[in-house]
Amino acid sequence: MTTAEKTEEIRNPIEEFMRMDRIPHIWCSGCGIGTVVTSFVEAVKKSNIDLDKLAIVSGIGCTGRVAGYIKLDSFHTTHGRAIPFATGLKLANPELKVVVFSGDGDISGIGGNHLIHAARRNIDMVVVCVNNFNYAMTGGQVAATTPQGANVSTAPYGNFEYSFNLPYLTEAAGATYIARWTSLHMRRVTKSILEAFQKKGFSFIEVIAPCVTLYARRNRLGQGLDLLKYYYDKSDIQHDADTRDLDIGFQEKIVVGKFVDKEKQTFLERMNEHLSDKLGDKYQYYGKETK
Amino acid sequence: MDGDYAIAEGALAAGCRFFGGYPITPSTETAERFSERIPEVGGVFIQMEDELAAMASLIGAVWGGKKAMSVTSGPGFSLMMENLGLAAMMETPLVLANVQRGGPSTGLPTLTGQQDMMQARWGSHGDYEIIALSPDSPQECFDLTIEAFNLSETYRVPTLIMTDECVGHMHEKVVIPPAEEIELVERKWYNGPKEKYMPYAPDSDGIPFMVKAGDGYRFHTTGLTHDERGYPVINAEQQDICVRHMVEKINNNAEKIIRMDEEGTDDPDVVVLSYGITARIAVKAVQGARKKGIKVKNIRLITIWPFPEKRIKELAHKAKAFVVPEINYGQIVLEVERCVSGMAKVIGVPHCGGGVHNPDHILNVIKEAAK
Amino acid sequence: MTEIRFSGFGGQGIIRCGLITGKALSLFDKKHATMTQSFGPEARGSACSSQLVVSDERVLYPYITKPGILIAMSQEAYDKYESDLQKDGILIIDEDLVEPKPPRDNIKLYSVQSTRLAEELGNRIIGNLVMLGFFTAVTAVVSPEAMKKALPGLVPERFLDLNIKGFDKGYEVGLQTIGKKTTKTKRKQEITK
Repeated sequence: MTTAEKTEEIRNPIEEFMRMDRIPHIWCSGCGIGTVVTSFVEAVKKSNIDLDKLAIVSGIGCTGRVAGYIKLDSFHTTHGRAIPFATGLKLANPELKVVVFSGDGDISGIGGNHLIHAARRNIDMVVVCVNNFNYAMTGGQVAATTPQGANVSTAPYGNFEYSFNLPYLTEAAGATYIARWTSLHMRRVTKSILEAFQKKGFSFIEVIAPCVTLYARRNRLGQGLDLLKYYYDKSDIQHDADTRDLDIGFQEKIVVGKFVDKEKQTFLERMNEHLSDKLGDKYQYYGKETK
Repeated sequence: MDGDYAIAEGALAAGCRFFGGYPITPSTETAERFSERIPEVGGVFIQMEDELAAMASLIGAVWGGKKAMSVTSGPGFSLMMENLGLAAMMETPLVLANVQRGGPSTGLPTLTGQQDMMQARWGSHGDYEIIALSPDSPQECFDLTIEAFNLSETYRVPTLIMTDECVGHMHEKVVIPPAEEIELVERKWYNGPKEKYMPYAPDSDGIPFMVKAGDGYRFHTTGLTHDERGYPVINAEQQDICVRHMVEKINNNAEKIIRMDEEGTDDPDVVVLSYGITARIAVKAVQGARKKGIKVKNIRLITIWPFPEKRIKELAHKAKAFVVPEINYGQIVLEVERCVSGMAKVIGVPHCGGGVHNPDHILNVIKEAAK
Repeated sequence: MTEIRFSGFGGQGIIRCGLITGKALSLFDKKHATMTQSFGPEARGSACSSQLVVSDERVLYPYITKPGILIAMSQEAYDKYESDLQKDGILIIDEDLVEPKPPRDNIKLYSVQSTRLAEELGNRIIGNLVMLGFFTAVTAVVSPEAMKKALPGLVPERFLDLNIKGFDKGYEVGLQTIGKKTTKTKRKQEITK
């Protein structure tokens, strides 16, 4: 058997979920986004969700490209606006399961306002936020998530700003499911996404992932494998941890786990219940209940 | 009923079932009306966290299968420009009304202006075309909102209603015809084989078919320059195809889209051209000018964009001068100047906003122009 | 063409006066009416006015230029708008709230205790309706039937009867003021003279 024949036989196990006509993807070798995509697809496979009813929305950035590679109804929108786009999509067609897949800069930087308001309203959607600690697509600039002391291209003397603790932020805003993992925790990520699929309400899953080309190189942290080693050594699973304690210091401990998992009526459930209550028979009940 | 309410009623009559907005004077009454009426007809009103989100939510809602609209004014219009560009790029039909107020910046929140006419055309970055209509009364706010939905669905293009505070807050009688008498254009739904669907493959009329999320097409769409499949293609050749398509689908149909009221002699000395509330004021000035024996043609633009270039060029051969009153420092007058191209005088009658023209002021300019 | 200005302070129902009269004229009296409004940024308390242009033909210029009728329900509004009134115009004031200057030119002054009468009827919030009734009687630009038909939808349903009561009271006082206890047709003839 020649090598060529051999490669032909090996098919990627998630191929049927991907737009193979768009592969190769743009991500660097050692980047963590691809692994998160794999975890996502595994969750989709296990979930029995009707794939025709699953839509994915991304913003702009490295992770923003995810929507373009996954073979679902998929939307590659504007920078920061994936969540409000997804809000419109979900409310217009409530039978959809809507996933927002985007990066930390997109979701918590330029889109931070939308993040807290979607969580506040408890819009039924799953947000997967890949956090690589910097704006990678544009060349590694400082982000709302860059740990203090890390060196990035627009903080060339090291970052002195305080950074967001995203689980704490989203919990305060009202999210009903919150987990954080690293891209090393592939099965855990899959499990969290699966759990989030099965819930109604606003779910937020942060996945710390290596940016080898920019963040790691600039901070002399080594290759992808070295970063996975860091995650392995320094991540600490603490389910139900107090989200106030989840700040991430430069190369310091990363507390991971499922922090919030509670029930609360979604925006549409609230809307239907409240308006039926106020308007009685005049109210036209909106949408079908989704599971 | 005031103009703002009439916009909401027009939208509901057109089948709009999603409104994503953000309150801003003097457009808020439209959102209020919508929030009050929508529960009875089955739809969603959501007040978003800002206008960036409002506009994004509309595009999402349209791809979710609804007809969607929003309403705003100056500062909010600026914020909405970001995703107006996305709507143009994704060829998403939706309607946005701008109840204009004096600017720049916070400007005159409660007073009128027509200062966003060029922003309507050029406000988002890059080359694209939109459609913009300008109502002159609450009745037309109702009628043109329905027309805006019809045009936006026909051409898969965001369509703007460029009204102003005066019309928005003006109360007049509005006749709402029975639903069966209102002509509606429904979305150009695709119903071919699922695997063959391409969101940007132009049909014979140049306009691609649409689908909605959740129907099994597994389509992709992006704000990046894309091919017919909606896949990003980042090169000059595809950019040429993509931009040309967006621009030409409107320009090639301009004659079908454009509506204007023309009144008076076909052999004029002076053409008075205006739109929106200013057109009502201009009628008074035109009446005055005719009493003085000046041959005047009065034109009221109903469609602002695309611009009625052809008709103005024709008239430029006949008339001595064009007089263009508008409640801004001179915007549409530039477009008239471009079309007239030196064949006649073009005189603007600027008004910086906060009120409407004094008809006598316009009359004086007409007299001057006729000399 | 008639130009009318209702004025007072925010919270008195001044805009409502314009809306009701405009609706009555355009829907039930078969006239063309255009209403515009002006108010300060505050929701309550500041000077507030609504303007109505009434015509047999389509109204082009939507704002009033030289009103023939001014209704002033506050001193501030009176001070601000009195000078705009036409030489032979009609001025109507709430006499408890406005201290008028000696009348100029041929202006006809009518005064009514609209707020006090409303209080007597049980609620000062219908002061604007008493004023509207009075205005309808003394000016006859609009018919009382049309005015009452215009009320549903523009006043809260549960206060509809009270509003009608207020309007009727004002109308009655208005007729007395112009010395007419006669039938409607006769009254109209008087006014046209």
